[in-house]
Amino acid sequence: MALDIVTIVAVSAGAFFFLAGTVGLLRFPDTLTRLHALTKADNLGVGLVALGLLPRAGSLSGGLKLICVWLLVLLASATVSQLIARAARDSGPLP
Amino acid sequence: MTFALALHIALAGMMLGLAAWTIAARETFAAVVGFVVYGLFLALVWVRLDALDVALAEAAIGGGLNGLLLLGAAARLRAAEAPADAERPGASLRLLAALLSATVAAALAAAVLLLPEPAPTLAPAAAANAAATGLANPVTNVLMAFRAMDTMLEKVVLLLAVVGVWSIAPDHFWGGRPGVRHQADPQGTLAFLARVLTPFGIVVGIYLSWTGASHPGGAFQGATILAAMWLLIMMAGLADTPPMNARRLRLMLIAGPAVFLLVGLGGLAFGAAFLAYPAAYAKPLILAIEAAMVLTVAITLGLLVAGPPERSAAP
Repeated sequence: MALDIVTIVAVSAGAFFFLAGTVGLLRFPDTLTRLHALTKADNLGVGLVALGLLPRAGSLSGGLKLICVWLLVLLASATVSQLIARAARDSGPLP
Repeated sequence: MTFALALHIALAGMMLGLAAWTIAARETFAAVVGFVVYGLFLALVWVRLDALDVALAEAAIGGGLNGLLLLGAAARLRAAEAPADAERPGASLRLLAALLSATVAAALAAAVLLLPEPAPTLAPAAAANAAATGLANPVTNVLMAFRAMDTMLEKVVLLLAVVGVWSIAPDHFWGGRPGVRHQADPQGTLAFLARVLTPFGIVVGIYLSWTGASHPGGAFQGATILAAMWLLIMMAGLADTPPMNARRLRLMLIAGPAVFLLVGLGGLAFGAAFLAYPAAYAKPLILAIEAAMVLTVAITLGLLVAGPPERSAAP
C-alpha cells in the first residue's frame, strides 16, 4: 500500500514535469529557454517515473535496469542540449 | 471503456495525426523529424501488440537509423529545396497521387479487416517445433531456422545496398573514404559522449544479440546499436571512416552471408537439404551465424549512413 502510494505520487509528479516541459517547449520564446524546459522533462520527468516504478520492478536486476535507463537518458539529454545550445549560439545572435 | 482501450485509441489517433503531419510538412527536415517520431510511436504500438522483437527492431531501425539516413539526405537536399519547391506539381497531379495512396491504404485496410476469424497462422506449428533448435525465442526460431532462407537473402540484400551506395562514388574517389572527415573538439561534449556512451552501447548491443536466443532481441537489433556506437565515434571525430578498399572491412561485410551460405551448403552436403541444421548442432550453428551476422549488419548499417566515398583513402 505504502509502495503503491510512492508509485502513484512519483509517476504523477514525473508526468507533471513532462507536461510542464512540453508546455514550455511550445510556449517559450527562443531556443535556449525551450531547451531549459525540455531538460526539466528529461531529467526530472524520467527520473521521477523511474523512481516511481522502482517498487514495481520485481527484481534487483530489473530495478538496476530502470536506474541505468534513467542515467543514460540523463547523459544523452545533457549532451544533446549542450550541442543544440552551441549550434544555436554559433548560427545566430542570441535573442 | 477500459483504460487499455482508451490508451489504444489515443495511440492510434496519435499515429494517424503524426502520419498526416509528416505528409503535410512543407520542409524536408520537419517531415523527417515527424517520421522519426512516427517510428518511435509505431514501436509503442508493437509493444501493445506483444510483439517485442518487432518493437525493438522498429525503434532501432525505423526510429533511429532510418531517421539518421533521412536526416543526412535532408541536409544534402537543403540547397535544392527552394528550386524544387518552386516547381511543385499541379493540383490535379497531387490529387491523383493522394487518391492512389488512399486507394492503396484502403485496400490494405480491407485486406486486414476481411481476414477470416481466427486469422490463418503458423504460430502453433512454430511453437510445436521449437524444441528442434534448442532456442527459446520463437521469433529467432522462425528467423534463423524455419525461414532461414529469407533471412539469408535479406543479408544479401543489405550487401547489395552497400554496393549500390558505393557505386555512386565518382571514379577518382573509388576505394576512398565515405563522407567528410568529421571535425569535432576532441575535448568537447560530443567526444565526451562518444567516450562515455560507447562502452555501454557495445555491452547493450552484444547483450541484445546474445539474449535473442531466448528473449526478445536478436542479431539485427543488437547490430543496429553497435552501428550507432560506431557512427557516434565517427561523428565525434575520434576515428575516421574506413576506406572502402580496406580488405578487413570487405571481409567483415561478407562474413554474415558467407557463414550463412557455408552452413547452408553444409546442410546440403551432410544433411537433408540446403540450410538443414543437424539436430545436435542446431544451436551452435545458429549462434555462429548470428555472431557473423551481427558483425556484418553493424558494419553494413554504419557504411550505409556514412555514404559513398567522397575523398581519397589517405587520411
